[in-house]
Amino acid sequence: MNITIKNGRLVDPRNHVDATTDIFIAAGRIAALGKAPAGFRPEHSIDAKGLVVCPGLVDLSARLREPGFEYKATLESEMHAAVAGGVTSLVCPPDTDPPLDEPGLVEMLKRRAESLNLAHVYPLGALTAGLKGTHLTEMAELVDSGCVAFSQADTPLIDTQMLWRAMQYATTYSYQVWLRPQDSFLARDGIAHDGEVATRLGLSGIPAFAETIALATILTLVRETGTRVHLCRLSSAAGVDMVRRAKAEGLPVSCDVSAHHAHLADTDIGYFDSHCHVVPPFRSQRDRDALRQGLADGTIDAMCSDHAPVDEDAKQLPFGESEVGVTGLELLLALAIKWADEMKLPLSAAIQCVSARPAAILGLDAGHLAVGAAADLCVFDAKAHVRITAAHLRSQGKNTPYIGYELPGRVRHTLVGGRVVFEA
Amino acid sequence: MNTPLPEYPDALPEAEALFEELLRQLKPRVSHAAGMVGIVTGGAWLAERLHAALGLRAPLGVLDASFYRDDFVEKGIKPHTSPSQVPFEVQGREILLVDDILYTGRTVRAAMNELFDYGRPARIDLVVLADRGGRELPIEPVYCGGKVNVPKGAILMLERDPSNAFSLRFSAARRERKAQA
Amino acid sequence: MNNPQLNDRGGLRHLLTIEGLPREILVNILDTARSFVSLSGREVKKVPLLRGKSVFNLFFEPSTRTRTTFEIAAKRLSADVINLNVQSSSQTKGETLLDTIDNLAAMHADMFVVRHSQSGAPHLIARHLTRQNVVNAGDGRHAHPTQGLLDAYTIRHHKKDFSKLSVAIVGDVLHSRVARSLIHVLNILGTPDVRAVGPRTLLPTEIERLGVRVYTDMAAGIRDCDVVVTLRLQNERMQGPLLPSPQEYFKSYGLTPERLALAKKDAIVMHPGPLNRGVEIDSAVADGPQSVILQQVTFGIAVRMAVMAILAGQGKAGAA
Repeated sequence: MNITIKNGRLVDPRNHVDATTDIFIAAGRIAALGKAPAGFRPEHSIDAKGLVVCPGLVDLSARLREPGFEYKATLESEMHAAVAGGVTSLVCPPDTDPPLDEPGLVEMLKRRAESLNLAHVYPLGALTAGLKGTHLTEMAELVDSGCVAFSQADTPLIDTQMLWRAMQYATTYSYQVWLRPQDSFLARDGIAHDGEVATRLGLSGIPAFAETIALATILTLVRETGTRVHLCRLSSAAGVDMVRRAKAEGLPVSCDVSAHHAHLADTDIGYFDSHCHVVPPFRSQRDRDALRQGLADGTIDAMCSDHAPVDEDAKQLPFGESEVGVTGLELLLALAIKWADEMKLPLSAAIQCVSARPAAILGLDAGHLAVGAAADLCVFDAKAHVRITAAHLRSQGKNTPYIGYELPGRVRHTLVGGRVVFEA
Repeated sequence: MNTPLPEYPDALPEAEALFEELLRQLKPRVSHAAGMVGIVTGGAWLAERLHAALGLRAPLGVLDASFYRDDFVEKGIKPHTSPSQVPFEVQGREILLVDDILYTGRTVRAAMNELFDYGRPARIDLVVLADRGGRELPIEPVYCGGKVNVPKGAILMLERDPSNAFSLRFSAARRERKAQA
Repeated sequence: MNNPQLNDRGGLRHLLTIEGLPREILVNILDTARSFVSLSGREVKKVPLLRGKSVFNLFFEPSTRTRTTFEIAAKRLSADVINLNVQSSSQTKGETLLDTIDNLAAMHADMFVVRHSQSGAPHLIARHLTRQNVVNAGDGRHAHPTQGLLDAYTIRHHKKDFSKLSVAIVGDVLHSRVARSLIHVLNILGTPDVRAVGPRTLLPTEIERLGVRVYTDMAAGIRDCDVVVTLRLQNERMQGPLLPSPQEYFKSYGLTPERLALAKKDAIVMHPGPLNRGVEIDSAVADGPQSVILQQVTFGIAVRMAVMAILAGQGKAGAA
């Protein structure tokens, strides 16, 4: 279908575009910018006057809860949430039930996702069988079935020998390994950042050095093995510093931060708000400020939603017994804009963190809108504010401390492969 | 601020005169073995002076009765209650229960209930400085300094000066609230 | 953020933690408790304040002692008391904490006294209820507000004025809700010198921020104190990553007569109970003339009566 998007402000950070431009889409791709190609006849036209047109968002972590956790959310509900949030590509971690450690599971997930015809889904394969940390998975097979990298999700490897070997093995095939740095022993039984708030509330703490000690291990192994490692969900100021130095040293690492972590701190737990029960924990305001700064200076490459829909029953429990996670697909764009606003950065900075940069980590030709690129894009009203309510969220998970808050940016149209998949 | 409002037609009687009258009634009839209990705060002040004047042998008791009030559910517990103290055996004793101004009778009811939790008295006589009428319970004083005519709803209070002399006053707080309404 | 413990007129609606409560409310509880203490000398120890009200003692964590004191307190206020030990039996059947609460609320409960092993559980329950009052009888490591208040009552009884006191809290502060509540109540009542004394492993991160001075040396920690509060050391924590042995703990932090001699001559010794004799406290001290440990228990009933009476009196007015 030929589509014209007229009068919109195109913000495409990778191609350094921020201007009012008409966009012409044909055969699922950007056919032309500014001037219609010869003989172009639009079948559908979107008037984007006063709106922003940007590359579709690339989310580095969104749990779709299939297979295994359909009572929390379904692929269908979450894929609709994705496109409602302007997300056109997403990475799903392997912490399903069973975990994504066999080609059959990955193929089924890909097939189910493709049949919905909404956003693109890029699964991470389990680094070890069952995420148990003892046996390598068949990485080559898993890549053939569609995995883009390998990960332990939120169950870090305790056994450093196993981590070393897994990184060596992945490097054999030049596969990327995604790791969330956390020392399991130091994090044992912890539910909140080890600091004043946890002490006041009587919640057992996870010290910030649970992250840095694990980071030191990972970075040392990267230095030895040359493995391309993506560091997931940084949470501490000290962690940001270490990544900054590792990058300066030239180590092949990238990293991300969750959108909620770029805004919230342990103080937001307030009176035991279980919606702030997340992993890694929200840390101090100083840590949060360092994450925001790291994202601004490029130490942190990308902001992701770390989407984890949780049913309300699992949140209506005492803080320590409540299930971890926040819903995020529909807040990612808003929280990126809010971050850039508060950091006095241009809108393109926000968009870059959720499109071009995460696409680069994945090595995808996505997250930009040059002529010839796939027409995965998002049209949104940057001036409008949206009140986040349970009813407003399409995700089955309503679990975010932002319920009741107004956030900037209202998604109006989402296109995937030149097809309108969401309109509001 | 201390002048009575014109809407109260009758001048308030002299509290000291009421006290003298009360003492005159009590003196010939009260046994030195009787126990005396005053209800905080005004009743306790009155009881202090009566107790001394009558030369009662048992030490003076004080009741707060806050925990027995029937308006607890509506009003809650008043801040800063004071402990009740009944420093003599109540069981089988004649008791003079003293309050300053008798109105609905509910405070006296609460105080009697509390008193019974200390034991079963042989008899309770109610002693009040002034009776302003308006009873909501079948309670009448045995000894009474005098009647006063006060409009319903007004708050009449006993005050005492540093020399322990009594006077009757309308509550200023009440007046302000009325003015707002 | 609204304080979930207060109603819209600033009155006490729930007692969940001492932290954040205004001084007047704490003083009022202590003053009211004083009136209840005087009841214990009477023939009839009951008053009719909570007649017709149902108080549910909801203990998700076993505790005979605290439950009993709450039960006595409620009964002395003439309430009907229902004791429920929910050793997660119904919870394992798939019923959630809030299901349990809904069921009990439907039985016309007026007040819940809640103990739970998870910090914040009483907050969750209070947030869920519209009509009933919640009293926290201890949640995880977070708070034990009635214990904090009875400790404050005991200190006030003996020392009158908080503004000149040094109070040492000795032992396992890390796991202690008693310590946290006591630190808050002492600070709100204007105690200038509150100390936390113990080995580094038992002192939580940034405890100084709660308004205490930290001592790892026992002698320095209790020197010239007016009040020494020893905390209970749980059996399971005596050996492991936090401490090597109860013997070594006693050697360094046990309250012996020799150590107590470092405090002021008229210092009082308190303990939330139950005691581990020979671990955190020497019997000679626990049973000695400076010990007010049993008095704490007596005052505890009056303090709990005061809290329940004040809450019950606020409930109706709060809704109006």
